[in-house]
Amino acid sequence: RLQRLKDRDAVTRFDREVNRTERHDAPLSLSTRVKFREAARRVRLKTRLQSWPPTAEEAYNFFTFNFEPDPQDKTEKTTRKIKKQGKKDEEDRDGEGESDEQEHNEEDEDKEDLFVIDQSSQDFLEVKKAEYIRYHKRAEKDRKLLFTPSFQTVQTSLKLPENIKPRYLEDEGLYVGERPPVSRTNENIMENRILKAEEKWFGDDGRILALPNPIKESSTRPPLFHMEEDLDSGLQTVYRKAVKSKYANLYIAGTTEPEGDYQLDVDVSGLIFSHHSLFSREHVLGSRLVQLYDQYLSRQNNNLTGHLTDKVAPTMNTVWRLSKYFGFLFLNVSKRTNNIPWYISFGCYRNTRQLRDGEQEKDRTLLKNIIKVWKEIKALRDFQKFTNTPYKLYLRRENVDRVSDEREYEREIMAEVVELEAEKEEEYQRKLAEYKKQLEEWKLWRKKQAQADAEDDDEDRDVSESEGPVEDGPSKPEPPEKPDLDSTEQGVREKASRIRRKPGEPILIPELSASGNITTSDVCPRPEVARREDVARRSLFIKILYNNKEVTRTVSRSLNSDFRVHFGQIFNLKIVNCPQSICLQVYEEIGSSCSLLAQVFVPVPEPSVLTGSGVIEEFEFSSNHRVMFDHEGVGSDVPLSLEADGSNKQILLTSGKVACCVSWGIGEDDVPLAPPVSQQPGGLHSGMGRFDAVSYIGASGLYDMKKIGEWATQSRLDPNDPNNASIMQLLQVASSGEVTAPDYFRLEQMQEEFNFVTDEELDSSKRFRLLKLRNQGVPEFRNYKMVPPFEREVTEKVFQEYEKRLKEGNIVDTKEHLDSHRALVATYLQKIRESVINRFLLAKHHYLLSDVVIEEEIPSIGILGINIFKLAEPKRPLKPQRKERKKVTAQNLSDGDIKLLVNIIRAYDIPVRRPQNNKPGQSSQSAIQSSDWILGQVQVRPFVEVSFQRTTLQTTTADGPNPSWSEELQLPFSAPNGDYSTSSLQSVKDEVFINIFDEMVDKDRGKSINTRIERHWLGSIKIPFSTIYSQSKIDGTFKVNTPAVLLGYSKERGNGGYDTWRLSEGTFITLFITIEPQLVPGEPVREKFDSQEDERLLQASERFEREASQSYPDRPCITTVIDLNGKTVFITRYIRPLNPPQELLDMFPNNPQEAMALVARFVSLIPSLPDRVAFSGTCDLWSTCDQFLTFLAGDEEEHAVLLCNYFLSMGKTPSLIIGTAIPEGPTAYVLTYEQNRYLIWNPSSGQYYSQYDTFCPLQTIGCLVTSDNVYFNIQQYTSPMRVSFDTGKANLWKPFFSRSFSNPGLSSVQPEQLVYRRIDKGAAAELQDRIEKILKEKIMEWRPRHPTRWNRYCTSTLKQFLPKLEMSGGQDLAEGHRHELQSLLGDHRISGFPLHLPFSEIRPIIEAVYSTGVHNVQASNVEFALAVYVHPYPSNVLSVWVYLASLIRM
Amino acid sequence: MATSNPSVFLLTVNGQIEGANFPEFDNLYCKYCFVYGHDWTPTSGLEEGITQITCKGNQSSHKLIWNFPLETTFKSTSPCGWPQLVVSVYGPDVFGNDVVRGYGATHIPFTPGQHSRNIPMFVPEPSWRLQKFTSWLLGRRPEYTDPKVVAQGEGREVTRVRSQGFVTVSFHVMSKDMKKMGYDTGPSNPANTHPYSATSEEQL
Repeated sequence: RLQRLKDRDAVTRFDREVNRTERHDAPLSLSTRVKFREAARRVRLKTRLQSWPPTAEEAYNFFTFNFEPDPQDKTEKTTRKIKKQGKKDEEDRDGEGESDEQEHNEEDEDKEDLFVIDQSSQDFLEVKKAEYIRYHKRAEKDRKLLFTPSFQTVQTSLKLPENIKPRYLEDEGLYVGERPPVSRTNENIMENRILKAEEKWFGDDGRILALPNPIKESSTRPPLFHMEEDLDSGLQTVYRKAVKSKYANLYIAGTTEPEGDYQLDVDVSGLIFSHHSLFSREHVLGSRLVQLYDQYLSRQNNNLTGHLTDKVAPTMNTVWRLSKYFGFLFLNVSKRTNNIPWYISFGCYRNTRQLRDGEQEKDRTLLKNIIKVWKEIKALRDFQKFTNTPYKLYLRRENVDRVSDEREYEREIMAEVVELEAEKEEEYQRKLAEYKKQLEEWKLWRKKQAQADAEDDDEDRDVSESEGPVEDGPSKPEPPEKPDLDSTEQGVREKASRIRRKPGEPILIPELSASGNITTSDVCPRPEVARREDVARRSLFIKILYNNKEVTRTVSRSLNSDFRVHFGQIFNLKIVNCPQSICLQVYEEIGSSCSLLAQVFVPVPEPSVLTGSGVIEEFEFSSNHRVMFDHEGVGSDVPLSLEADGSNKQILLTSGKVACCVSWGIGEDDVPLAPPVSQQPGGLHSGMGRFDAVSYIGASGLYDMKKIGEWATQSRLDPNDPNNASIMQLLQVASSGEVTAPDYFRLEQMQEEFNFVTDEELDSSKRFRLLKLRNQGVPEFRNYKMVPPFEREVTEKVFQEYEKRLKEGNIVDTKEHLDSHRALVATYLQKIRESVINRFLLAKHHYLLSDVVIEEEIPSIGILGINIFKLAEPKRPLKPQRKERKKVTAQNLSDGDIKLLVNIIRAYDIPVRRPQNNKPGQSSQSAIQSSDWILGQVQVRPFVEVSFQRTTLQTTTADGPNPSWSEELQLPFSAPNGDYSTSSLQSVKDEVFINIFDEMVDKDRGKSINTRIERHWLGSIKIPFSTIYSQSKIDGTFKVNTPAVLLGYSKERGNGGYDTWRLSEGTFITLFITIEPQLVPGEPVREKFDSQEDERLLQASERFEREASQSYPDRPCITTVIDLNGKTVFITRYIRPLNPPQELLDMFPNNPQEAMALVARFVSLIPSLPDRVAFSGTCDLWSTCDQFLTFLAGDEEEHAVLLCNYFLSMGKTPSLIIGTAIPEGPTAYVLTYEQNRYLIWNPSSGQYYSQYDTFCPLQTIGCLVTSDNVYFNIQQYTSPMRVSFDTGKANLWKPFFSRSFSNPGLSSVQPEQLVYRRIDKGAAAELQDRIEKILKEKIMEWRPRHPTRWNRYCTSTLKQFLPKLEMSGGQDLAEGHRHELQSLLGDHRISGFPLHLPFSEIRPIIEAVYSTGVHNVQASNVEFALAVYVHPYPSNVLSVWVYLASLIRM
Repeated sequence: MATSNPSVFLLTVNGQIEGANFPEFDNLYCKYCFVYGHDWTPTSGLEEGITQITCKGNQSSHKLIWNFPLETTFKSTSPCGWPQLVVSVYGPDVFGNDVVRGYGATHIPFTPGQHSRNIPMFVPEPSWRLQKFTSWLLGRRPEYTDPKVVAQGEGREVTRVRSQGFVTVSFHVMSKDMKKMGYDTGPSNPANTHPYSATSEEQL
């Protein structure tokens, strides 16, 4: 071991010493040990003798003594040394000091050993008193040694260098971060300590320098909880095998195809060195020449000089000419008037000229340089006696016409001279003016001075003397020099000769060619040959790095003597990663070793740059490698002088250009293999990233920009604080005005992000359209099942019906309406209907608890009581009451479930047959005889036929004019489209026709057994289904609509007891109609409409209606109504005097009674159309009178309001009755006071009833409305007979406007006056013909099995009757009428009647004709007569008369 | 033909109404029906049904077991109006009147495979307290006009309900041709769950 140690020792130099000591050491320690041992033995012997047990000393020695043999001890020691040695080796380089120290330690150890030997065992221990230093003493000592910094605040002045005030950076606007929190005491202590240490630790503000607080407020790492059981499942670590994404493709971020088929074509065409280390001097010059020549060519291309010369020339010519013709006169002129306008324009001319001069100078220098370099090359070639470069410069001379050239030259110079002189003159004049001014001032001052001097002279001379030089005013100005005009010309000529071609000198055009020969190597001197060999050894190649990864490399090409390398290789890079960088590395290869010369970064091409369209670009590169050669090569980064004397040294770096082209490839079928344009490289982020969040949101962000700005200034945001960077940027953008706040505000600013197709696509797609329409609840698609899943499966057929309907909405079938005006109205009505339907769509979705939950009602005490009474009731009462039935909601019904029950009870005053009288003259006689004759004859055999939805049922035949049937007919009901929803049922337009017929058995005068049953129509009632549905039952006695003339029948004034109390005339029938099961009528819309009424008025009306309905639930009370715009309007606004058509008033100028009847007739001729049918919703819209007259269709209310307004204008005092009537239900009538009696007018029929008329259809009177107030009926009874109409009595009628709440003077919603359109007789005649034609066709259609013959003679006769009927207002003209007919058609039995209808559409007329059953006459010899008369009234109100008759030849 | 170019997809639902947990009531039976949109048609199986009456056993669990099988196949063209199972539980009250004990609904699971659903049940509450008493007395509890109300959201705001027990239903769902029509309801497989995170790591 030792041996090895020694070997190693030799390596280091320090160890020599160590070695030496060791060598000394070993024998020394050996001897000492021995001595020590002996001493110890001696001690032991001695002590053994002394005593047993051994003393402490002995024991100590025993345990501490080393019994090991010496040699072993030595080896141990040496091993320790080796260890140390090793350590030393390591630290060898660290420095001598350290190893020295170690050495010392070692020596110390050795010394200790020695010391131990000298000491006896007794010397080891010493017993002493414990040393104690008093506290204050120690503190004193400490104070001497230690410095305890005080915690007093240090004054700022101490901390800063003397005489420097603290500087607060924050106040100066610099960013000072938040300091880490340190307590004040600690800081003070620290400061004191630093002060003591005299270190530079204080900043400018006198505080300790500190970095900003690094602690963030919030933790940036999500909290992790390590409680196993609590760990959220989402946070549980799950082992997933690492899946290497096959394509880390940024392009596929959006696209689905994983093989992002993109290709980059890199075309590396070549490389040219502009300097290379192996360039010879000639090469250097050559490349310089090439550069200069390139420059020359490019300048020549731009031809800036020529351009500027052209610009200058015209002005130049002018100046020259002027100077030529006027000579000095011109100059003088310019001298005197130095600001004439044309002269000013020289300003820009001068600039242009200067520019031109500059360019010319450049051109000239360039040319000179080229020639100079070429000369240098030539010189060099001569000098070195060989040629290295093939460059040759030719200078082509282009001779010019000397004379003209000279003239041009002179002219230019002259022009310039003139101009310059003018300029100088101008300058001189300005200076002169200035001089004169100054001179004046000076003179003035002198004068003053002279005066002052004169005054001061005597008094204190000293002062003036001393002051004199101090107060010296402006010195006498120097007059300006006259411009030296001669020198200008000189200067101009000098300049021209410098920058311009001399006149007559040929134009030199350099041409560079590389056609020269290069001297072959064998002729060249040695160093050049070496250089050439070196060149030949080298070859170059280019590595192509894509995203910093080598993709490919070109073949290596050897370097040519012209230092151009041609590669001409195109690499197709199929890429999957987004191109971030494309780099070309130029490598130089010498033998096997290659070195990187330079790298060139090529920009990633735009996606539009495709192969073929890409242009080869040159990218410059250079490298700063230092290369030196000992041959002719000039090297790189080495000073080089081209001069013969070695001056003008230059340092050239290897540089050059790479010609290459990067473009996107083109696929097989000309598909560009480029990524889509929208996906910018690095556009991994969604589109969101590209937008500035604020501008994307629109105004919302910028909305408060001002406030943010204010806040920022108030709170003094530190603009340098990185935390505030975003806000500051925002403010900057906002304040700079670049982003102006848009006017719009986007609610769903992210909508576009979530759209799965574009709106256009959504619109164009048939499938989406189908889904949309179904969702909107369009009737055609509401129940559309199984919308096809694909666009292609949706056929156009689906939409045909819907589109047809839409089209019909616009183009109204003229055939259906017969009248253009009505067609227009129909479209308008359709539009209103749509808007109303939209309005109610929301309201439809309001649910009530009863719609959703079935709940038993609580039986009240009253009901319980009644139920108890019921127990005592007779089982079969004589007059049974109708019981309430359970209501059924309409939704779960189907076809056939609903039945219409019509209970026909009895009829009164049915017309009776007139005895057959062939001879008209006997009529009066027969009348006298009638009383006994009647008894023998059958008066009438009436039966009732009910038809509904083309189902017809009839009762049995009864006898006599006052029959009693008491029969129940059940008619099935089917809803349109099988839709039994409330809204659908409400809009059913079907009507129930109740016709009374007379059954006539014709026995053919008893000759044969053939009996023929005929039936003759006597009258009818029609009740709309919607009325039945909304009323749920109709119970009462109705007036039967009988024709004005009933041929063959007479209206028998019944002789029964009824007459005594009955006032009104006509036939009546008692009916009960209901629907089984009882359907729940639609609830009125539960929605509050907006209104322009006063809020107080609205509240009052609400209160009024609520109180009314609470105390009298069965009395209708209306104070506010909804107008066509869907707004709530107070009802009295509808009442206003309005003029009836003048034509009507003119008819009966003297008879107000008749006029009223006529006006009522006019109103009744306007067709009636219930709102709930029109608008298919439960709502009651009130239109104003002008709207009503325009639509020519309206509810009872509109009729009533119009009638009431007419009566008002006629000087009556009518009021509107809001009440219920049969069969309409809640309705409006008009009340007038005439001749001490009240008349009740039914506006829809034009009939009027006396207050005490039994058969008045009005059943309940709820309230009365006048133009200024509403009165609610608070009397005990509601029927008109028992009601007092004296509204002045407060205990009978409760007024809406009373003394406490007076009428605020509500203005009317009605127009000031009504404008009527004139009567259009032509249109009426046309309509008349059309109706007649259609009806005839229909009748023939209804009689398919029999021929229908028309009796023209009869028809024409009937036609004449009809206008008379219209004139008489349908009054009974039967007698004369009949006689006339009889006389005309003596041998025919005629039965017929005129029908009278208001005109709305053709369909109701056809229905009415059908329901009379005239066509059902089966007799073979029957003939028909049909006459139609349309009487026009103003505003296109039409009264239609249809006279139907059947004739049977006797 | 149909396989290559389907115009409908099929959804087969097997399973059973396993049972219910109504701690307060006994002797209950259950009605079920399916509610689905316009684009759905049941092609086979029962659309609605009624279970047997079951009463609680003596075991500690006190669960009502029906084990009533469901087997229905729907065909559809669009997932709009995905079928829902509506269950309503009835049972006798103190006086022996049949009253409703709970309504509940759940969508049929979208993903193929086995699913188990615990449907919470509720009943409409009487509108006021006296009514509650009388309805108890007369055995006429408030009921929905149609049990299908619980499968739709419209008009529910007017009602007030009380929660009442649970019904457990298990489903075995199969679908056919859904993927071909572009509706992917399959469970997400781990390979394509994090395509972007993998990409971004590569880039880093």
